[in-house]
Amino acid sequence: MTIDWSQFSPLSAFSGGLLIGLAAAAFILLHGRIMGVSSILGGLIGSAKGDRGWRLSFLAGLIAAPILAKLVGFMPSVRIDQSLLGLVFAGLLVGFGTSLGNGCTSGHGVCGIARLSPRSIIATLTFMAFGMLTVWLMHRIQVAA
Amino acid sequence: MIRRISEFFVGLLFGLGLLISGMTDPGKVIGFLDVTESWDPSLAFVMGGAVLLSFFAFRISRNWTASLMGRAIILSDLKMIDLKLILGSALFGIGWGLSGFCPGPAIVSLATGETKTLIFVMAMIAGMGLEKTYQRFHPV
Repeated sequence: MTIDWSQFSPLSAFSGGLLIGLAAAAFILLHGRIMGVSSILGGLIGSAKGDRGWRLSFLAGLIAAPILAKLVGFMPSVRIDQSLLGLVFAGLLVGFGTSLGNGCTSGHGVCGIARLSPRSIIATLTFMAFGMLTVWLMHRIQVAA
Repeated sequence: MIRRISEFFVGLLFGLGLLISGMTDPGKVIGFLDVTESWDPSLAFVMGGAVLLSFFAFRISRNWTASLMGRAIILSDLKMIDLKLILGSALFGIGWGLSGFCPGPAIVSLATGETKTLIFVMAMIAGMGLEKTYQRFHPV
């Protein structure tokens, strides 16, 4: 293992993390809800009418974020090297998996860990391990091909 | 109405945090997961900052009967560590490693206008729909 210092950005990562934590804190303190994106989005599927408003408002805020960032001249880099077919396959896995496991990086990885929930700690270790394993395997396949 | 506006701003704050942190760049996410080759550990600091602040919020609200805006506090009361949790998280991890996208950053990236993000989000919603349909016919 070598550390890629050229990409290392602990300060922006930590400040972004603080904003994410602030949002998660505001969501539970003001609205009494866990800020977990996969559950908020997935809950729209087959939800009762009165249960949709808060989900849609939150998601609209997420979508608006890069528009606001662009207005103040902040455009972070986005590097997507995958093929369309690869993205469809990955998207299906992310959707199916987060729905089956009841959470993703925000619900389990941030809120669940902050609540010291054993379920969320196990879930986070699992998706991190499988994410790392997948990246490792993809490298092997690319080298072989 | 005030609730809807407040929820919107929480989403906005979360989205800005994701953008600043680097989580919305699939290349950076894959660099973080790439522990065996050239590892970029930055994103561990995202989780550090996020958990730090939310930890106190969950502590403070632990014995509350309602939120500051007078709403019920809804936490998951699931306790069991079962196959569903492990299998679901493993599948999510594989998709995350393949694409560099998890649900929050994927939605934030929609407005960047890249067709690829739109395709990913549509596939992700389809995956959620498939799982919910599967659960309906095979309740565990």
